[in-house]
Amino acid sequence: MFVVKYRKFFYALSAILVIGSIASVSIWGLKPGIDFKGGSIIEVEYTNARPDQNTLTTSLAPLAIDASIRATGSNGYIIRMKDINQEQKNSLTSVLGTFGSSTEKRFDSVGPLLGSEALRKSMVSIIFVILAIVFFIAFAFRKVSVPVSSWQYGIVAVIALIHDVIVPTGIFSVLGHFAGYEVDTLFVTALLVVLGFSVHDTIVVFDRVRENLNHAKANKPFSEIVGESISQTFTRSVNTSMTTLLALIVLYFVGGESTQHFSLALIIGIIAGTYSSIFLGSPLLVTIWKWQEKRIEAKKAAK
Amino acid sequence: MLKTRIIAVFLLIIAVTIGLLTYYSSFAGSSISKPFKLGLDLNGGTHLVYKADTSKLSIGEVSVSMLALRDVIEKRVNAFGVGEPIVQVEQGGILGSKEAQQKLIVELPGVTDIDEAIKMIGRTPVLEFQTLSQADKKIVDDKKLEQKEYSIEILKAYKPTGITGRMLERAILEFNNTTMEPTVSLNFNAEGKALFAKVTKENVGNIVGIFLDGNPISEPVVREEIKDGKAVISGSFKLDDAKLLVRDLNYGALPVPIELISTQTVGASLGQSALNGGIKAGVFALIVIGLFLIIWYRLPGLVAVISLGVYTTLMLALFKLIPVTLTAAGIAGFILSIGMAVDANILIFERMKEELKKGKGISEAMHEGFARAWNSIRDSNTSSLITGAILYFFGSTSVITGFALVFTFGVAVSMFTAITASRVFLYAVAPKTTNKLSTFLISNGFTKTIISQSLTK
Repeated sequence: MFVVKYRKFFYALSAILVIGSIASVSIWGLKPGIDFKGGSIIEVEYTNARPDQNTLTTSLAPLAIDASIRATGSNGYIIRMKDINQEQKNSLTSVLGTFGSSTEKRFDSVGPLLGSEALRKSMVSIIFVILAIVFFIAFAFRKVSVPVSSWQYGIVAVIALIHDVIVPTGIFSVLGHFAGYEVDTLFVTALLVVLGFSVHDTIVVFDRVRENLNHAKANKPFSEIVGESISQTFTRSVNTSMTTLLALIVLYFVGGESTQHFSLALIIGIIAGTYSSIFLGSPLLVTIWKWQEKRIEAKKAAK
Repeated sequence: MLKTRIIAVFLLIIAVTIGLLTYYSSFAGSSISKPFKLGLDLNGGTHLVYKADTSKLSIGEVSVSMLALRDVIEKRVNAFGVGEPIVQVEQGGILGSKEAQQKLIVELPGVTDIDEAIKMIGRTPVLEFQTLSQADKKIVDDKKLEQKEYSIEILKAYKPTGITGRMLERAILEFNNTTMEPTVSLNFNAEGKALFAKVTKENVGNIVGIFLDGNPISEPVVREEIKDGKAVISGSFKLDDAKLLVRDLNYGALPVPIELISTQTVGASLGQSALNGGIKAGVFALIVIGLFLIIWYRLPGLVAVISLGVYTTLMLALFKLIPVTLTAAGIAGFILSIGMAVDANILIFERMKEELKKGKGISEAMHEGFARAWNSIRDSNTSSLITGAILYFFGSTSVITGFALVFTFGVAVSMFTAITASRVFLYAVAPKTTNKLSTFLISNGFTKTIISQSLTK
């Protein structure tokens, strides 16, 4: 199977993506949404023509609310600012009102306290999901111990998972830097779903490895068993991801603005997840096996 | 075979019935009207989060006080007259945070002018004692007969005493020994005691009215000077009213101080467009996935599409029955689950194809396909359920818990429809003989599946 044979090439591809993502996150960072860092956001739509963006920026300056303005639709603005109280909100509304009649389509305000709590909860849930999955895989594959132990299946799955989380995070860091994409609680939700989904695919291949191990002749090398398992499950791995991707692509294009970034994060994550379960996870089993073989041979040689 | 077909038809009839019920109950006016519950982000409205300061309470008092707080706020919100407001206590904070954060969530559907609402929820009520002389009482009584309520003019007749709720040490609910009617007894602190003695001394025979937020709640007549700083408010109290009064007096009406930490307002138009987008995405996703399944998996693909229809119907019915409050994220979770619901089908069909390649007959291949794919379906769905559950319990916002709820239900329901329902349907329509056409129908993909004729019977 070419996947096993050229695994180093696929490792390299993943490594480039992961290193690139880490680099991007450490250089540019992520743009936290208001639900993490606290702050306010208002979306207004003017009945007639909206005021010029510079004019608006100048007139909002005296309020000292650190407003950043982005145009939306043909007649609207989305204004982000620090967490404001009701009085500040009232003066903001009256400033906006001086440019003609407008409707307030949405107003969100999150205190910094709530934001830090959301951030902490997100971290905890990601760690919990990863831990739960390692234990679950170790449990599900508990009967498989030769030649690679069930714990190693779990650890390989987690390496694949971490890969699947890092890649969309990196891409959102790039998008954040160049296009202002924010990372919010929905983004974290997307990552968690990617975790669940990616392990889904990985399990399908592992499950086949488990089955083939039971039927295999004793002298068949493990690498061949893994290779066969990958090629046997290749179509279904791609197709199960395909249906989910189709749903998400539809959601991205017609689902409305509020879930667009969410579906984009999922699309990236699921592509990364499918890639990792075929080209990263299972070949890694072979690599681990090869290491073990080498160690055993080294021991023999030492005797 | 006949039995399977009967079961299949029966299943279809049930699904169609549920579908029709779900569809027709969406419209107001029909006798079984039960519309979907839409979240604020789809319906428009305001979502407020308050932090409650429980630092001055002992741990045992916290939950009782939070419930009391909820009741008070609920009353105020109800008075505002919005449809179906939600007021709930939420315990924030998780492992690692020292004390559990107490929060109060207030949802006001349809309200987008939050200024007024916020003022009303957060106001600090004032307890005051004001006197009314006998002479003035006559005038007031006459006016009351005329106007049936306390006009500003009437309220002017009362004279402030300077005694306020701040000087109250404690209010206690008691019962009159003879009539068994509930009464409220008041204990003043030292400052209040002195002032109360002075006021009662000067006003024997007059009324000392007790006012909450400027509204008189009790108007006892003073019979003698009260020196011990104790007073009893009697009157025809209902037990609940007396309890409420005691609580209001003890806690200055808001049992726990609150602070607004988050507001979210969505205009109705934005909500409507988000809803339309969600519905459109759902329908499109069903069509695209359906086409993919039929083109790639042929007859079993068609069966999967029917099962997917059953899945969609069941989920929509569940949303109404439980009921699940649908949000934009919830709908996204549902659409995602549509994509994942057919995963089990794909695993089964691929397995069937493999068995066919091994030379098994159609019927045997189908049995093997369902039986052998089960392991990987079970394991992979379990991991999704784990994710869903963790998201639900650790989700920090209603957006995330809404998503998690729909997602988890979706995984569970899809295991039924993709395995049980599609097995029944597939067995019902599967070709009996194994020949070129039937193998083409049951097989999939674009590489030719070769069957060995030797095994076909």
